[in-house]
Amino acid sequence: MDANDPAPAPRVELTGFGLTNPSAASLVEIDVATAAAAIKDLPSRGGIARGLGRSYGDPAQNGGGHVLRLAPGSIVVDESDHTATVGAGVSIDDLLRVLVPRGYFVPVTPGTRYVTVGGAIASDIHGKNHHLDGSFGTHVTNIRLMLADTTIVEIGPDRDPELFWATVGGMGLTGLMLDATFRLLPIETSRISVDTYRLGSLDEVMTEMVASESDFRYSVAWLDLLATGRHVGRGVLTNGAHATAGQLTAAEAGDPLEYRADQLAVMPPLVPPSGVINKLTVKAFNEMWYRKAPRSRRGELQSIPTYFHPLDLVGHWNRVYGSEGFVQYQFHVPDDAVDVMVSIIHRLAAAQLPIFMTVLKRFGPGNPAPLSFPQSGWQLAIDIGVARRRIGPLLGAFDRMVLDAGGRHYLAKDATMTPETFRRGYPRLAEWQDIRARVDPAGVWASDQSRRLRIT
Amino acid sequence: MQNALHEAQTIVVLGGTSEIGRAIAAELVTPATRTLVLACRRPDEANPAAFAREGLEVVTTYFDAAATDTHDPFVRGLAADHGDLDVVVVAFGQLGDQADFDADPSAAAEVVHVNYTGAVTACLAVAGQMKRQGHGHIAVLSSVAGERARAANYVYGSSKAGLDAFAQGLGDAVHGAGVRVTVVRPGFVHSRMTRGMKSAPFATTPRVVGELTAEAMRKGKHTVWTPGILRYVFMVLRHLPRPVFRRLPLG
Repeated sequence: MDANDPAPAPRVELTGFGLTNPSAASLVEIDVATAAAAIKDLPSRGGIARGLGRSYGDPAQNGGGHVLRLAPGSIVVDESDHTATVGAGVSIDDLLRVLVPRGYFVPVTPGTRYVTVGGAIASDIHGKNHHLDGSFGTHVTNIRLMLADTTIVEIGPDRDPELFWATVGGMGLTGLMLDATFRLLPIETSRISVDTYRLGSLDEVMTEMVASESDFRYSVAWLDLLATGRHVGRGVLTNGAHATAGQLTAAEAGDPLEYRADQLAVMPPLVPPSGVINKLTVKAFNEMWYRKAPRSRRGELQSIPTYFHPLDLVGHWNRVYGSEGFVQYQFHVPDDAVDVMVSIIHRLAAAQLPIFMTVLKRFGPGNPAPLSFPQSGWQLAIDIGVARRRIGPLLGAFDRMVLDAGGRHYLAKDATMTPETFRRGYPRLAEWQDIRARVDPAGVWASDQSRRLRIT
Repeated sequence: MQNALHEAQTIVVLGGTSEIGRAIAAELVTPATRTLVLACRRPDEANPAAFAREGLEVVTTYFDAAATDTHDPFVRGLAADHGDLDVVVVAFGQLGDQADFDADPSAAAEVVHVNYTGAVTACLAVAGQMKRQGHGHIAVLSSVAGERARAANYVYGSSKAGLDAFAQGLGDAVHGAGVRVTVVRPGFVHSRMTRGMKSAPFATTPRVVGELTAEAMRKGKHTVWTPGILRYVFMVLRHLPRPVFRRLPLG
């Protein structure tokens, strides 16, 4: 199988954002002009596009093969129909610097600005507005996709919709995205009007989330998973909406679309092997984080980075878990299985794991993409250091609860699924595989994740 | 491909009847594991039933550590049949008997050939496959007997000394290629190989070696002593004058 491969290019070890499970691949820098040649040059283990490496596990690595990194490309805003056509390698960070001063926001942003548009579509990312606006792919009108045979196709919800929806959430396994066109959200100001509620129990958090979700474009809760007794799952709910010009003070109104996104600090590359995350530090952090939130505050104006991307303030914050890295466990359960969500949160609290990064969120209806993660219901994301304990059995038990309830796990965060858990969570896989077989019969596109989960 | 928790999908034990090799495999098998290959000279004695678990395919196959020219095709065949090899435990080895070596020096050649030459070709074949796939982890069974040779087992000890040095070099050679090598240095282990022999200080069991090795592999350690205290014991033993070392009651 390797006899016909060209001489191996120098390799680099790559990991995902969780810093676990490296594999070595040839990292090939490409642009739109050189992409076809790079695809023709792929070895038997194939290739996968890699954006900014913010997937937590192994979807953007390809051991023994090639990893293609596409140069950012251009940003073209069409103000006549409020859309942008953007190179797939452009980051949301770059995009916001262009869009916000012109009175636009991206239709969906995740919790970090450091994802590319290609990655956003491949993972069909969601944000704090999923309950109203859906995921990123829902807002895409056109993708220019280079296929395995290097032909370029233009696809959209009305043009080869099957391939379009297979590409949305398709983890880069249908082809190489060159650029995409998507709808923008016009905004009057660059501020977010935020309502904050400190809520003393999980029940209060979930009740308030359901009660207020239709009133706010953005809604997300942080939970203190080290709180015990009747405070299990206590948390802070922040609901947000784009502030109107009338909400700004006179001083702010001078530059209503001012946008500054800076990093305050960078984690040093050398962190103790097991990191600085332990039950004591996290318990103290969680207590502080909970107490610093006001019991209830309405209409506070926050900047876009403060509200949407607080972790981006610290560069390389993922190093805080130490050299052994961490996993983000993110799953969804439908509304009728809310008891499963409650039960998992109680089991996490009982386990007293040092977890500070938690996101509880309501999802609205999903889109037609067979491998898109979000579906109506609840989702929880938690970060857990790998070094801390042997967490495999606990996560395995959660897997079964989630799948039995008709839920699923997010491929962009996945680092622990098995082929079986993946198949149970994504029952439309066969439909996706048929479309993929049509555009990549030889299996040119491959990643460590696609091999681990037997996606293709 | 293993997952982020270092749970391997495919595990191969070269020397599939080795009690230590099997004990390491038993610790490495998780619900994520799909295939366990027990490769040895007498596959009918490999008892795959001991590992039976739902969702796990246990394969027994013929492998001759002495047949060095078969090692590369054998490893390529494993990858063709089972996909990427996530973890390979190189566990085969022979102790031999000094009285036999004295009577027939060529008997010593067989032990050295299996323990050193065979392990070298097997490790190189496995490392080649892992470099092609860009990831993988090799556990190599060395021995404290290679740390300082003793009159009781210096043929065995010298073969393990060679293998230990080789495996350390291999670990550095594959650095950056996604491949890791963990050198395992057990002390005296109560097993079939040592049955009837006088136990040495800090004797241990295959199970303990398995647990410590699996833990070291999860942490990406280059070397693991089992039990751990032997690291410090040998720091001292290594520097003892020969007349003193010779007289030590080391079993």
